[in-house]
Amino acid sequence: MSILVVAEHDQQQIKVPTRVALAAAAAIGGDVDVLVAGEGCQAAADAAAQIPGVSKVLMADSAQYGHGLAEEMASIVASVAEGYSHIIAATTTSSKNYMPRVAAMLNVAQISDIISVESPDTFKRPIYAGNAIATVQSADSVKVLTVRGTAFDPVPAEGGSAAVETVGATDVVGVSEWVKEDVVELERPELTAASVIISGGRGMQNGENFSLLESVADKLGAAIGASRAAVDAGFVPNDMQVGQTGKIVAPDLYIAVGISGAIQHLAGMKDSKVIVAINKDEDAPIFQVADYGLVADLFKAVPEMDALL
Amino acid sequence: MKVLVTVKRVVDYNVNIRVLNDHSGVDLNNVKMSVNPFDEIAIEEAVRLKEAGKADEVVVVSVGAANCQEQIRTALALGADRGILVETDVDIQPLGIAKVLKAVIDQEQPQLIIAGKQAIDGDNSQTGQMLAALCGYSQATFASEVELGDGKATVTREIDGGLETISVALPAIVTTDLRLNEPRYASLPNIMKAKKKPIDTTSPEALGVDVTPSVATLKVEPPAERAAGIKVETVEELVDKLKNEAKVIS
Repeated sequence: MSILVVAEHDQQQIKVPTRVALAAAAAIGGDVDVLVAGEGCQAAADAAAQIPGVSKVLMADSAQYGHGLAEEMASIVASVAEGYSHIIAATTTSSKNYMPRVAAMLNVAQISDIISVESPDTFKRPIYAGNAIATVQSADSVKVLTVRGTAFDPVPAEGGSAAVETVGATDVVGVSEWVKEDVVELERPELTAASVIISGGRGMQNGENFSLLESVADKLGAAIGASRAAVDAGFVPNDMQVGQTGKIVAPDLYIAVGISGAIQHLAGMKDSKVIVAINKDEDAPIFQVADYGLVADLFKAVPEMDALL
Repeated sequence: MKVLVTVKRVVDYNVNIRVLNDHSGVDLNNVKMSVNPFDEIAIEEAVRLKEAGKADEVVVVSVGAANCQEQIRTALALGADRGILVETDVDIQPLGIAKVLKAVIDQEQPQLIIAGKQAIDGDNSQTGQMLAALCGYSQATFASEVELGDGKATVTREIDGGLETISVALPAIVTTDLRLNEPRYASLPNIMKAKKKPIDTTSPEALGVDVTPSVATLKVEPPAERAAGIKVETVEELVDKLKNEAKVIS
């Protein structure tokens, strides 16, 4: 078997979810190559070559890959696909954009968001917001897979020494154009990379009250998340949403503050190692998944907790 | 300009699904079925384009069993003009659906196709992107804002960490994210009017499309249950447990 992992990177470094995808590739077994497509991405390709278990890094360095447009990314992935039994990427908003396009170009199915490898053609994946786990088997000659970022421990970043091989750029598809990006510079860890997360829900009442969580987050080195209710109410931006349609997280400690625990929210955090719920409603469903539940007014409990840390 | 909207019949998002005892799937008997929530957003966006005079016709298409008519009717009650049902009893998968939709697009020639970013049953998030590939069209997934221009659309997309804006040439496929709009409710007069709107029925075979799935579902299981936790009485006790029992903070 021969596996291609498509790297997610910022032209300099390989992002952690890609090392999770590499762990899934190792579970399948066989030679593993990594494709780094970008603009000015030599440093990222060199970083990929350092990852243990990588046989070869394919680097496609050209302007059209700079912003990861789906049409251009799918084009380069499909162009190097021949000979691989599996094409794998971590589940991120960028791979969700281009990987199904790759699968359709190769006339094969995609298996989204796998959480385990049962055999080289059989995988487990969550359906219905994680309320059921399906075991699926692919009869396709090439398996196109995306891997849930919380499902495997990432392989180490260093220790390998693969060769970097340059591959020619594909013709520019040119049907879409990047205009701008509005990405918030975080002072805290990213939600999907944090070992501690503190999230607020509708019970926070407004956006200003999230400052209560910030103080605790700073002491714990935590990321701050939110439920869909808090995002819909306009308290905080969309990218803080944890849940079925937001980020899927599994930190060591997840503290849910003023979150009732709709199934769509639980879908995004119930694989956390330790879950704490603080809610004044003792019947809130969040308590059914919490290791430690505290029935209390968050406006008293959170400052008290802050003082004890 | 013609806009095509895709809708899927799914288990209503408020239903707590139950896995069948023989692990063959989830229990769909006597369960409330609805339009996939992201597809409701797609319908709303198309209807608003029509109301703003930017689209002349909104065509809604669904692929599935005969009872998908109900979801097409819902879309018609929300303001779509006519429906197409591609009827099949095959447990059709995203690539098969995309191939069927491409055949419909070849006939209908819409300039804009709006689909939900994912269906809340399979959680695949594939069909729109696959359709774009098969048609050779541009794609703008996870849209939170769509601005139609001359021969192109400017779309703001939700990405990890924030927002991205891209400009796509038409025809294009847009998939909707949660914040694109807030769908309306159908009024009673519009529900009555929708009953008179036409729905054409065809099939994958009539469209010349092979929809045989390549992925088999071997079994469906409930997720691992979390062991029941405990209630703590005070914040002191909570912090103590986290430090000394769970050892997740120092």
